[in-house]
Amino acid sequence: MELTILFYVFAALTIIPAFVVVFSRSLIYAAFSLLFTFLGVAGLYVLLSADFIAVAQIMVYIGGIMILLVFGVMLTKQATDVEISTGIMKTLPALIVVGFALGTLIMVLTGASWTQIGTIPQIEGTALELGELLMTTFVLPFEVAGILLLVAVMGAALIARKPKEVQS
Amino acid sequence: MMEIGLPHYLVVSAVLFCLGILALATRRNAVLMLMGIEFILNSANLNLLAFSRYQGLNLEGHVFALFVIILAAAEAAVALAIVLHVYRMNNTVDADRIASLKE
Repeated sequence: MELTILFYVFAALTIIPAFVVVFSRSLIYAAFSLLFTFLGVAGLYVLLSADFIAVAQIMVYIGGIMILLVFGVMLTKQATDVEISTGIMKTLPALIVVGFALGTLIMVLTGASWTQIGTIPQIEGTALELGELLMTTFVLPFEVAGILLLVAVMGAALIARKPKEVQS
Repeated sequence: MMEIGLPHYLVVSAVLFCLGILALATRRNAVLMLMGIEFILNSANLNLLAFSRYQGLNLEGHVFALFVIILAAAEAAVALAIVLHVYRMNNTVDADRIASLKE
């Protein structure tokens, strides 16, 4: 019963700020409601007994991506006067198409008869098993992901730096 | 109130996905479009973890979700660097008004 209420709380915490991000006029409001969406998703991860992923979500999204996006907002916009050009011409067709897609998705997802495979084992956290999997079965993708992150950060630093003054 | 099951999580994920698509389609600010992409990645992750849970806590789904988070971090870093560079070149991040790739 408590889990049911918690699920609805976290689902609302995910969905309502997401609407603010999509429809808000202010860029700063959008950036900060993103924080609550990420928190709500992390809560849903906990309810799905994915504790390690939930912590990773909070650390990477709220600690990293969120800060990056706020920096992006502040560096590319005069934060107070925000003019977001979305005419009704473009919004209405997008709303119709997305609403149709959402209706179809929800109809299919709720109509299907899902059967549960196996039972959910009672385990004390997933970090230990996840670490073992990452160091045995998935060790190659793990290392490649590390290299990818290194290269991506180097590339980001290279692209974002100020262009060098040409010596004349 | 009915028991929370797999379809509940899938519906939340579907709504989040559609909001991400909507943000991508209607918003013209590059930073807001990036936020839409983050929504889509998060909804995919939610799907992966929900299916993993209702398959008897199959941890391979968790590994996949972890890689998605890693890729999202790399994508956000590179994309924001590109946005900053585009802003410096064009003095705007409005995707409709950026017409040139090169100065």
